[in-house]
Amino acid sequence: MAVNILTQTTCYHCGNDCDKDHYVLDDKDFCCTGCKGVYKVLSNSGLCNYYSYNEHPGATRTHVEKRFEYLDDPSIIADLVDFTDENITILTLYIPYIHCSSCIWLLEQLNRFNPAIYYSRIDFLKKQVNLRFNNKEISLRQVVELLVDIGYEPLINLQDVIKKQQTGAGDNLVKKIAVAGFCFGNVMLLSFPEYLGLSEYEQTFRHFFGWLNVLFSLPVVFYSGREYFQSAYTNLRNKILNIDFPLALGIAVLFLRTLIEVLTHAGAGFADTLCGLVFFLLVGKFVQRKTYYHISFERDYRSFFPVAVQAVDNGIEKPLPLSALKVGQRIRIRSNEIIPADAILLNGEARIDFSFVTGESAPVTKVWGEVVYAGGRQMGEAIELEVIKPVSQSYLTQLWNNEAFSRSQDNRMQTFNQKVSKYFSIVLLMIALGSLVFWLPVDVYRAFSAFTAVLIVACPCALALSTPFTMSAALSIFDRNFFYLKNTAVVEQLARINTIVLDKTGTITIGGENGVSNNAQLSSYEEQLIYSICSNSAHPLSIQICDYLQGADKLRVSNYREIAGKGITAWVDGHNVQVGSQSFLTGGVDIAKSTEVHLMINGRYAGYFSFANKYREGLEDIARLAADYKIYLLSGDQDRERKNLLPYFKGEGYMLFNQSPQQKLDFIKALQLAGKKVMMIGDGLNDSGALKQSDLGIAITDNVNNFSPGSDAILDGRSLRLLPAFLKFSKDSITIIHISFFISLCYNLLGLSYAVSGRLSPLIAAILMPLSTATIISFTSIATHLAAKKRKLS
Amino acid sequence: MNIIYFLIGCSVLLALVFLGAFFWAQRNGQHDDLYTPSVRILLDDEPTDKDKK
Repeated sequence: MAVNILTQTTCYHCGNDCDKDHYVLDDKDFCCTGCKGVYKVLSNSGLCNYYSYNEHPGATRTHVEKRFEYLDDPSIIADLVDFTDENITILTLYIPYIHCSSCIWLLEQLNRFNPAIYYSRIDFLKKQVNLRFNNKEISLRQVVELLVDIGYEPLINLQDVIKKQQTGAGDNLVKKIAVAGFCFGNVMLLSFPEYLGLSEYEQTFRHFFGWLNVLFSLPVVFYSGREYFQSAYTNLRNKILNIDFPLALGIAVLFLRTLIEVLTHAGAGFADTLCGLVFFLLVGKFVQRKTYYHISFERDYRSFFPVAVQAVDNGIEKPLPLSALKVGQRIRIRSNEIIPADAILLNGEARIDFSFVTGESAPVTKVWGEVVYAGGRQMGEAIELEVIKPVSQSYLTQLWNNEAFSRSQDNRMQTFNQKVSKYFSIVLLMIALGSLVFWLPVDVYRAFSAFTAVLIVACPCALALSTPFTMSAALSIFDRNFFYLKNTAVVEQLARINTIVLDKTGTITIGGENGVSNNAQLSSYEEQLIYSICSNSAHPLSIQICDYLQGADKLRVSNYREIAGKGITAWVDGHNVQVGSQSFLTGGVDIAKSTEVHLMINGRYAGYFSFANKYREGLEDIARLAADYKIYLLSGDQDRERKNLLPYFKGEGYMLFNQSPQQKLDFIKALQLAGKKVMMIGDGLNDSGALKQSDLGIAITDNVNNFSPGSDAILDGRSLRLLPAFLKFSKDSITIIHISFFISLCYNLLGLSYAVSGRLSPLIAAILMPLSTATIISFTSIATHLAAKKRKLS
Repeated sequence: MNIIYFLIGCSVLLALVFLGAFFWAQRNGQHDDLYTPSVRILLDDEPTDKDKK
């Protein structure tokens, strides 16, 4: 025994235990033929260095059965490739498994497998490989099959095909920052002599520096800062005063005053403040923009469905792109494939797992002539179907025709910034005009000087920066805890939520796992007894026990009696068998914490089965939120688990079962109409509508690379327990924004006290602006990290 | 002191060269992937067939 433990073998390729099956090649252990196959391919090409960079770099290959015939179809090839001519094809593939340096090394050696692949480059963060190959010597399908053979299966789906065509150019933000930074540095250098004071005979330099400063300001205003003018203009036309208005006003006034002062030799102008302002604003915009290359928030049914199906015409199978699938077409669906359109079953026995579509966790059996809805996954043998509705109009995909999907969703709630900047702009204009009117009778020059100085000094640079810097710091903290937010505005939405709606299957339960553990020592005959009695019951625990004891022979059962909520009793093959709760068997009290099923055979206690909590860790913590939030359960499943879940929710009224995708959406809408701010947490396609309709939709997933429905945020299942902390932390972030807003107001007031008197020197402006910016940036990032520590977020 | 005109001209020109270099790198896609090269440089060159002999 001891020897066995010491020499417990792990797979050389993927690191799994080799306890079930064990294969040996070149003195190396493998857990399955798949892993061994990959090793063989690699060793034949002399690429075993793959294993020297990292231990067990491979993916387990225990169940891989994919066909890529559809990649021979010219129309699909045309959609997939970036470029192709008669010789070369350039192609970018997304490979979710890329995770370590070995992956980079191996995938960049593809040309040693086949010299027809000239070039392969990995983008590690995007998990993409860029390939160039000679399409006369190797086909696209062969390239993909080669990748599959070495354990790197690319993910090819309809949406990625479409996404490629939509990718447009960015807005050159980096270039704008580069220009602004370049000008800012030079202007600072040229302004320094002015700060230190120039003597009388150096006046010619002053004009020279002044002109150079104006020259440097030109690209800053007209290239880097242009979008502020555009945004302010469009917003004004829509009668909205947003933060861009005072910013654009500040930039314009700074530039005009600098130009006039330099032209009239009246002073040095404010070119340094101007360039610094635009530079910092753009940097703020940059940090706010966080991209998760490996995560997509916009997925819909198209990325869930396959690219092609096997069509059957007169007994001949051939791959057909999904877009060409027509009503009446016969298709063949193999085990583990997804049914892409509503269809009638023609041939074979269908056992279909609809858990992703309806939330119903038990597979559904369909027989000849029944309608099978799109989105189900066939679990049994291969089946033949006839399509009755096009892909886009099936029961499932119809949900995407709902208006919730067509309206733009970016700002469902007004952010703090938007609310404040309206009043800020009005007050700012009033102070500026007030000082103009005040000084006008005394001194015209001073009046305009004061007017412009107010607009300059009150330019809400720090205010505009407080939100992006706080939010980007918050985002990176969420990110570290496996909670991925689409953008920074989501943090504010998170803070304003007062109602939480949870999906059941896959969201609070862990899908597909049966954690039955056997605490009874049963002989195989006794197992048969238990199996026989349990197979008569439809109770979920009985079904789970049957699954666990799979393959036992069924014995004759008589006098079967089921007492709801307690257990079952019967005579099996001449033995009295009782199965149920502890209190049911022994008459005592239930002392067990977890779910247990106890067994009694002929009056002798025979042990029990215990069931691991199928609910995700942290459900209790979420239940404890009930004091501050209304929490609902919204499930597409039957209400079998109503009793088990009741302790977590306030009452029966807070738990809804048997909800169709459309009903889910409508329920969220009803809550919103009642003035609630709703957060929906779901995982399946059936939640897509609800996620979209809600004020904040969170998709929960166990693997961020897998499919998750379109949402505002994606949460890794492991971090569900942190949800209360996330909610509190988001509120902290908002508080931090409020405080930093107050700080920037103090700076503004300080500057205004100089400005209204009309005596704002360029030096003071040039010091105040960067100083306030630096204060805000350091305050927000330090405070955000402290808040995260307080909420015990790493 | 007139040398200052020349020096400032030089410094601006130099800065413009760097700005141009940055633009060139940007357009060339050198900033597209900021992570993978840092791993790639640590990967050894192939132990070639010569080593085996």
